[in-house]
This record gives sequence, C-alpha cells and structure tokens, in this order.
Amino acid sequence: MSITTTWYLLLAAILFSIGTTGLLVRRNPLIMFMCIELMLNAVNITFVSIGSHLNDLGGQLAVFFVLVVAAAEVVIGLALVVAIMRRRSRTNADDLKILGG
Amino acid sequence: MVDLVWLIPTFPLLGFLILICLGKSVREPIAGWLATTAMAGSFLSVLLVFIGMLLEKNENRQTVFTLFDWIPAGDFKVDIGFLADPLSITMCLFITGVGTLIHLYSIGYMHGDSDFNRFFTYLNLFAFSMLVLVLGDNLLLTFLGWEGVGACSYLLISFWFRDRANATAGKKAFITNRVGDWGFMVAMFLIFFNFGSLQYLEIFNILESNQIAKTTTTFIVLMLFVGAMGKSAQFPLYLWLPDAMAGPTPVSALIHAATMVTSGVYLLIRVNPIMVEASTWSTGLIAWVGVGTALFAASIAVAQTDIKKVLAYSTVSQLGYMVLAVGCGAYTAAIFHMITHAFFKALLFLGAGSVIHGMDGEQDLRRYGGLRSLMPITAGTFIIGWLAIAGVPPFSGFWSKDEILAFAWNKSPLLWIVGIVTALLTAFYMTRQVVLTFFGKPRYLDAGDAGDAGDAGDAGDAGDAGDEIKPHESPWTMTLPLVALAVLSVVGGLIQLPFSSSTKWLEHWLEPATFHNETHLHLSSSTLWVLALLALVSVVAGIGIGLTTYLKEKIDKQIFEKPILHNAWNFDSTVSRFMGGPGSKAFAAVARFDKQVIDGAVDGTGQIVKKTASILRRTQNGLVRTYALGIGIGAIGLLIWFLTRTTI
Repeated sequence: MSITTTWYLLLAAILFSIGTTGLLVRRNPLIMFMCIELMLNAVNITFVSIGSHLNDLGGQLAVFFVLVVAAAEVVIGLALVVAIMRRRSRTNADDLKILGG
Repeated sequence: MVDLVWLIPTFPLLGFLILICLGKSVREPIAGWLATTAMAGSFLSVLLVFIGMLLEKNENRQTVFTLFDWIPAGDFKVDIGFLADPLSITMCLFITGVGTLIHLYSIGYMHGDSDFNRFFTYLNLFAFSMLVLVLGDNLLLTFLGWEGVGACSYLLISFWFRDRANATAGKKAFITNRVGDWGFMVAMFLIFFNFGSLQYLEIFNILESNQIAKTTTTFIVLMLFVGAMGKSAQFPLYLWLPDAMAGPTPVSALIHAATMVTSGVYLLIRVNPIMVEASTWSTGLIAWVGVGTALFAASIAVAQTDIKKVLAYSTVSQLGYMVLAVGCGAYTAAIFHMITHAFFKALLFLGAGSVIHGMDGEQDLRRYGGLRSLMPITAGTFIIGWLAIAGVPPFSGFWSKDEILAFAWNKSPLLWIVGIVTALLTAFYMTRQVVLTFFGKPRYLDAGDAGDAGDAGDAGDAGDAGDEIKPHESPWTMTLPLVALAVLSVVGGLIQLPFSSSTKWLEHWLEPATFHNETHLHLSSSTLWVLALLALVSVVAGIGIGLTTYLKEKIDKQIFEKPILHNAWNFDSTVSRFMGGPGSKAFAAVARFDKQVIDGAVDGTGQIVKKTASILRRTQNGLVRTYALGIGIGAIGLLIWFLTRTTI
C-alpha cells in the first residue's frame, strides 16, 4: 500500500484540528502558542504534499515564508508572555481581558 | 491714472489697521487726524482717477481691474476686482469728499470722548466698506461691502452702548437690515443660477445676447429692491433709520444721510440693464413705494420735536425721491439727487450737530430758539441747507428734485402729484425746524417752567441745566466743513442743468454706466417750465405756511403737529406690538421646530449610533479564545461557502 497524498492531507487535517481545539480549550499562553505552531505546521504539510503532488516548487517556497512568519510571531509572542509573567506570577489567557469592550 | 483705483479703498483700510493696532495708545486729536488724513488721501486718489477718466474717451471709461482670485470653486469664480466707471467714481467722489469733511468735523465734535480713537477706527472701516461696495465689480464683493457698512452702522449707532437705548437702536438697525440682506442674497442666487456669473459686465453681456425670461428678471429686480428697501430705508423697512439717530451726529451725517443709505439706490442703478428687462409693473411698484415713502416720512417729519429725528425722517423722504427716480428709469436724476442730497443733508446734520454741541447735548427743538446771533456760522450754513432741501432755486436741491418730478410726471401724473405734495411738506417742516432753532425767542433759558410740570424730575434737571447752557459757536474744525458743504449745496446743481443737452453734464458723464437705458422725457419744454413753476409754487407755499405758523405764529401749530404724526402713524409701535406678541410667539414656534425637528434629527442620528455601538461592543469581551473561535467559525463558514459554490 503506497502512501498517497491523501494520507498526508489527512494527517495535516488531524493536526490542524488538534491545534484548533487546543487553542480554544487551553488557557495557558504557552500551550496556546504550541497549538498555533501545530496549526501552522499542519498547513506546512499540506503545502509540501500538494506541492509534490503537482510537481511544483511553489509549495515548498510558501513553507519557508510560513516558517519565517511563525518564528517572528513566536519571538514577539514569547516576549509578551515573559513580560506578562513578570507582572503577575500565575496567569492564564482569560485573565488578560482588560481590553474588552 | 485710472489704474490707481485700488488706492481708493486702500487708504481707509490702512487708516483702520493702524488705528486698531495702536489702540488706546494714540491720544485724542492724533487718532482723528490720522483718520482724516487717510480719508483725504483716498479723496485725492479718487480725484486722480476722476481726472484720468475725464481724459479718456467716453466709450473707454469702463474698466475692470482684477486684483486676485477670491473664490475659485469650479464654475463659481469670484474675483476681487474693481469696476471703475463714471458711476462708481461719481459715488466715490462724494463719499470720500463728504467723508473727509465729516472726519474733520468729528475731530471737533468728539472732543473729550473717552472712546475717541474707537470712533475713528470705525469711521475708517466704514469708509473702506462703503468704497468696496461701490467699486466692487461683482455682486458678491458689493455684498461684502454691503455687510461691512451694515456692521459699521451697527457699531456706530450703538457707539455709546452703555446707554441701553443706543444699544437697542443698533440692534434694530442690524436686524431690520437683515431682512433686506435676505432679498439681496436671493437675488444673487437667482442671478448666478440664470446667468452663471456674478460679475456685472458679464451679466449685462449675457443679458444682451441670451433670452432671459421676463418673470426671472422681474423677480430678480424685486428681490434686489427688497435689499434696497432695507439699506435705503424704504417703507416698510425704514423703521431702523429714525432710531439710528442714537449714534453720534457725524455718524448720522455720514452713514445715515450721505452715503450708506444711498447704497440701495446705487445697487438698483448699477443693475439698470436688468431693471429695463423687468416687467413695467415691477418698476412701477418701485416708483410707488418710493413716492409713498417720501410722502409718508415727510408727514411724520412735520411733528417731530427732536432736531435729529426731523432730519432722519427727512432723509427717509428724500431717499423715497431717489427710489421714485429709479422706478421712473431716471437713473441720472437719482444719482444727481443723491449727490446734492449728500451735500445738503450732511450739511444739515452737521449743522444740527453743531447746535447740539453748542447746547450741551440738548436735542429738543422746543428748547432752542434765537440761536442765530449766537452761532452765526452754523445758522448761516444751516439756512443754506434749508433752502437747498426745500428746493428754492438756484440752490442744488431745486434742480435735482425738479428733474425727478419731471420724470415722475412723464411716468404718471399721479406720481407727480404725490411728489409735489411731499415737496410742499418738505419746505414746511424744514422751515419749522429752522425757525424753531435759529429764530424767535430763546427758550432754553426758561426750561423747567409750567410746560414741564408733568414730569417733575425731568423739569428739575432741566432747570439746573438751564442756568448753565451758554450756546456757543463751534471750533473751526466743525465750522470749516459746514462752510465747504454749504458752498457745495449752493453750486451742486451746476453739474446737471436742464436747459439744453449740453448743460446736462452728469447725464452725459454717466452714459457708459447707464448703457442708454435711461427713460427719455417726452415732454415739451413748455410743460417742463410749467412743472418747474408749480414745484416752485408748492415750495413757496410750504415755506410761507411754515413762516406764518412758527415765526409770525398766526396759525395754531397744533393743526400740523398731530400726535399721530408725532408717533409716526403708530406704524413703529404697531410693528413692535405685533413682533412682541403674536410675532414673537410665531418665532418661538419656529425656534421650537428647529430645536425639536432639525436638531432632533441630528441628535437622533448620534443616539442611534451610540445605542447600536453599546450593544455591539459586548462582543469585544477581551478573551482571546472568543476571538479565536470567531476566526474558526469564520473560516469554516468560508469553507462551506466555497464548497457549495464550486462544482466538483
């Protein structure tokens, strides 16, 4: 049984769903970040698999962009988390709602 | 030299700017001399332009000098530009000439006033606005000057604003004029709508080449006439002018007799090509309103006891003559009377001011008498003014009034009859005024006797003052303008003598501005002689009755001085009562409508936005998870949408 593109896409969908669910149900900022990374990487998998399926380098190219963006996002996000942790010791994302309307 | 026209309004503007910058730091006579110099400079530049224009050929005498774009907005383009033509320069000549004399006079008259410099600041601003009004080459610039003189008029009427009555009079003048301004503005909108331009010469060109409906021009003329009614104090908008006498006397002379009040007449003459395109009934209406106002105001002047009120009603009456002339299509006659009226009415007002000055502020004719020997120059010049306004030949008033009456006869003998009755009344009330002031026994000494017993407090004050009043002649700064104006009142008629077409200098001179739109007299010279003779008879009768009543005292003066005339036919009080009662209720209703419906619509829009926002803002709860959920739902929604749309 050869592993076709469908399998990769299925894997990506499962990873993405796990990431989404994790983002929605967890309150620890760090875990939420990891969930976002999971989602991003799920997308990366689809890019690569579709790219190889269509024999197109564009898919891999897009992955690099996503990686760069993800790296930048993590840098800023973690800096924010550190800054927040300094001000209040134990915290979760739901406590940070002072910008509510 | 005609291109020096920009200098004319510049001088008073400079004077105004300097005076307002220096403020209180200039001491008394200097501010006055500064302002007078500015006016004299303006007068000299008018003279230069005038001479330059005389050297030009008749058809080259109309030039537009554009200084800069003022309002460039798409199709709507208005320049700051001056129209130099015989009409505007004639106006400028007497505005700056009489203006300079009155400025000089004011130095003496306002002596000792704590707001001396403020007075001259306003006077110069007024002169500037008036010159802009006259020289403007488009309706909007004229309107700017129109509002400027209105504002200055307001400022100067309520110059002594600490007295409540003066402040009220200023407000009354301003508000009454707003009614006229409304007419002016509507006319302006209509002109722009129909002609696509506000510049006089362009309008006239379009009028010549295009067919404009007669109803349109008629309506424009009527709206402009509403504007003229306000400024030139025609019935029923004349109400503000008698009250405007609350201002200092030089102001009454300059603004409310010689210059500003003639601007309505000027405007109508300026747009004479539109006037001739209008229906005859509209010009007939103008003539009738004019002559009606003339008679109405003259009848009121008969019974006034305040020296300035007599002159104020007289001004309204004389303005009525000018409007009558405009209605008859006699534009030259109107300008002619405007010029001579500027001379003799300024003279009379300044003379009255000199009397008031000499009598320490007393304005009641009944308290004067016998001042002839005490104020020889004032009396002499005042008598000249009296003969001029009454229409005694060869004084200037005779010629101008006679010409207007001839045109009135030409249009309708009925107009002429009303005009001649007015002439009789004019001669009568002016005789009354002169006799009461300068002849007879002095009455200022026996103030506080039985005649005033009804008002004990007033009588007491007057009694104290009565001992101190020592009538005296005024200083030279005041008498010199009187003499100059007296000379002008005598010889002013020379510019337009009716004997042959070569002596009608003014008519020939104004031709470039009247575009041959003048009505032509279809009267034989014998008719004209008879009309002049009849006018003379009425004048002699008026003076005769006046002399027998007030000098010889053979006729009981109560016959003429009816209370209803003294109260101006109760018109003013009726209007006041109406505006105070039902009128103010109606306006309160309008104000309520504005507050509730108009403001309500605006406020309501804001309220709706605010209410909706306060509901919507709850969705922004600050929880990251909610936002993420929103994004997720959105993404799923988009996915479903795409999947259902694309056919696989």
